[in-house]
Amino acid sequence: MQQESREILNIEDLRVRFETEDGIVYAVNGVSLKLGYHRTLGLVGETGAGKTTTALAMLRLVPDPPGVVECKRLEIGGQDVRGMTVSKLEQVRGNEISMIFQDPMTALNPVFTVGEQIAESIEIHEHLGKAEALEKAGDMLEMVGIPRQRANEYPHQFSGGMKQRVVIAIALACNPKLLIADEPTTALDVTIQAQVLELMNELKEKYNTSMIMITHDLGIVAEVCDEVAVMYAGKIVEQGSLEEVFGKTLHPYTEGLFNSLPNIKNRTAKLKPIHGLMPDPTKIPQGCAFAPRCNYATEECRKVCPALKNMGGTHCVACSAYDRDPDFLIERRKKNG
Amino acid sequence: MYKYIIKRLLMLIPVLLGVAFVIFAIMNVAEGDPVYQVAGPDATQEQLEALRVEMGLNGSLLQRYFRYIGKLLQGDLGVSYISKMDVMKLYLQRLPNTLRLASLAMLVAVVISVPLGIVAAVNQNTWKDTLAMILALIGLSMPNFWLGLLLMLLFALKLGWFPSGGAEGFASVILPAVTVGVGLAALLTRTTRSSMLDVLRQDYLRTARAKGVSERKVIYHHALRNALIPIITIFGVQFSNVLGGSVLAETVFAWPGVGRLVVDAIDQRDIPTVTGALIMTTMLVTIVNLVVDIVYAYVDPRIKAQYTK
Amino acid sequence: MKETKTETRASKIYKKRSTLEMAWRQLRRNKGAIIGLILLVIIIIAALIAPLLFDYNTDVVGMNVKERMKWPSGAHICGTDELGRDIFTRIIYGARYSLAVGLVAVLIALIVGVLLGSAAGYIGGVFENVVMRICDIFSSIPSVLMAIAVVSALGKSTINLMIAVGIASTAPFVRVARAAVLVVRDEEYVEAARAIGQPDWKIVMVHILPNCVSQIIVQATLRVGSAIISAAQLSFLGLGVPAPAPEWGSMLASGRLYIRDYSYMTLFPGIAIMITVLSLNLLGDGLRDALDPKLKR
Repeated sequence: MQQESREILNIEDLRVRFETEDGIVYAVNGVSLKLGYHRTLGLVGETGAGKTTTALAMLRLVPDPPGVVECKRLEIGGQDVRGMTVSKLEQVRGNEISMIFQDPMTALNPVFTVGEQIAESIEIHEHLGKAEALEKAGDMLEMVGIPRQRANEYPHQFSGGMKQRVVIAIALACNPKLLIADEPTTALDVTIQAQVLELMNELKEKYNTSMIMITHDLGIVAEVCDEVAVMYAGKIVEQGSLEEVFGKTLHPYTEGLFNSLPNIKNRTAKLKPIHGLMPDPTKIPQGCAFAPRCNYATEECRKVCPALKNMGGTHCVACSAYDRDPDFLIERRKKNG
Repeated sequence: MYKYIIKRLLMLIPVLLGVAFVIFAIMNVAEGDPVYQVAGPDATQEQLEALRVEMGLNGSLLQRYFRYIGKLLQGDLGVSYISKMDVMKLYLQRLPNTLRLASLAMLVAVVISVPLGIVAAVNQNTWKDTLAMILALIGLSMPNFWLGLLLMLLFALKLGWFPSGGAEGFASVILPAVTVGVGLAALLTRTTRSSMLDVLRQDYLRTARAKGVSERKVIYHHALRNALIPIITIFGVQFSNVLGGSVLAETVFAWPGVGRLVVDAIDQRDIPTVTGALIMTTMLVTIVNLVVDIVYAYVDPRIKAQYTK
Repeated sequence: MKETKTETRASKIYKKRSTLEMAWRQLRRNKGAIIGLILLVIIIIAALIAPLLFDYNTDVVGMNVKERMKWPSGAHICGTDELGRDIFTRIIYGARYSLAVGLVAVLIALIVGVLLGSAAGYIGGVFENVVMRICDIFSSIPSVLMAIAVVSALGKSTINLMIAVGIASTAPFVRVARAAVLVVRDEEYVEAARAIGQPDWKIVMVHILPNCVSQIIVQATLRVGSAIISAAQLSFLGLGVPAPAPEWGSMLASGRLYIRDYSYMTLFPGIAIMITVLSLNLLGDGLRDALDPKLKR
């Protein structure tokens, strides 16, 4: 596909709801994202913020009953994914855009060898014969640091970290332009985490892949990402470049996330968690979803839901405090300047 | 792997001996002394005694049992009271017919149930699912011999498409096979559906879709391969019921198999034939179960690994 | 103080609600199970009041040669059989035999099976091994053949039929009971009971068996259905309830002789069997879904 667009990914006003017997779950409530080529975006938020659902929606993998997906625009590499036929979509998945999931233990089919599972991707998209595809699958295994003889082994014979490497090998086998990684290291030990992240970084550089790293771990974002988008209750509340969001934090929720990190320099300081819980996704409040937990909230905050507002550069925030008072600064900014 | 197979074969022996004992014991509890049956009304006491020894009926139950086992291991199941024919010969004559019937019945069952179960699982809670489950339930609730009678009525007597009995030609095995197969199909449909539903929830299917695998391949290649594993187990266990079912089908359609041999022999109080046939049939079932277990170990790589190390 | 009192009362009520009430509510939602239950109740009532409606000697077994082989009509809804007896009457009366054999056979299987199984699980060791091997042996004999063997050994009668079908149905109960016992055998409260000197049999009855009651109920309901079919099969083969009793299987056997020209005789008794077993299967399935905590779909 020609690079007809300036971005690899362009989503506008994505909304996903699940219509179940127990009520409608509003998982994603108006998310817009643009990602340039060779860039890495960190999608941050707590569990239940809607990050995984957003990612699934990009590949149209949201289960059809009960999920309902609406958006104004969904383009990958300039192609309209929304209106695409299923067969075209199947050509795009795994080929131009790949996704890896959180739990490596259940991500691989137990009755096929890892070699076969990598080769399948290659057979489908590069139209190679079985033998050639297996050959290339071996190359991919080596690339992720697994000896190629192990291609004939079954998933249960690998450890969690190695399984995740296999998953990465499958995802990158056809050199996709965009890789979506949904909490790829959350289920792994910390030391293995570091290895896998390093591997992903290497491959990302080597293949020039754009990446969306979904995580709740700010440390990972700092290491790997160029841009950041913070999600809360199905909406993006702050987004911008890494420097902007980390250095000139704007949204109270983002501040809360940073405050939740234990400070290694100040061992005796008390932890500052964000009080309360994320709202029930079947009962999304009218006003700002974060208001009940926000230290700066006013009555107005609970009535009107703020829209994303540009505050300079690529930095945007959805907080009505900045509309009311142009000089408003959160505590973190006051300290950092 | 071979070690596993040999171990299982060795474990077979006490089970088979046990089976033989149970059947032997049951059959020999029967009232009436068979010598009178065989000898006729004017035999003398001495003749009866001699006959008892000849027929192996002297001594305690255990003594007779061990004598029987001894002969069994040499392939000698005794002689029929009625026809005076060698029981083993009689059995082996009839066995191929029953096996033909049973294997066709199982084929019919698989051909009906697996696609139906998949359709039900993939379309869970729609009318297709409900219909398939209702059909399965009806199939489970119908006595198989009644189904046989109905099939005979419609297809043999009214429509004349198939013969109503006997073993002439290929067409004659169809109705009996369907009779036995439907009951198994009903059970397998439910099993397939349940197994597929479990597999359809698995994450690795999502991985396959994210790779760009077509939905058809996701269901029939990725999912089915996993769903088949428990189905194969049930299938093997059901061989026992298939043989039981063929007893009835053979009676309805006058099919010359092992089941009819047993039923006729019971009517005529032909104890050696009944005992021999029951023991041989149970041995057959046990061996089939062993074969299924081995196939299962090959099909599921996780289990295969356990036994090859 | 007051707070804790209301808390404990509330938690007690909640606990009582849990198993039985939740199961009942779940069952009520299952339309198939309700249909099955209603059908079963109708059949049971029919079986119970049959002797009040019909006189055994005249209506059920009384021969009436003039009326023989009549097709279904206003006078005889299901027609008459080869001896002139009204088939509908015989079918209603026949429910008594099928239900009786089914229930008694399963009762025998249940009592013997649960006793053996729980003993095997609790005592363990060689005893357990021997019992389970015997169970395997009995399972590897096709149940029809097993029942046939027992009847041929004991002779043809209704009681022997019950025993035969019962023996053939025992193995599943042994397994269920043993499995249930194994789950709880090593729990601390069992050890505690033993420590204060409770006799073993009491421990099993009071602490262990209540855990598997739901599984046993489900098994029992489904097994009554297969017992009824087994009884019909044996009667069909001439090894079950002796003539002239109106057992549905025997009725089909005689119907078979005239199937070519009098097909109605093979229709109605079969439908009776099917409806009865269907209702039991519907109810059993519903019970299984309602009582199994894993299947909350």
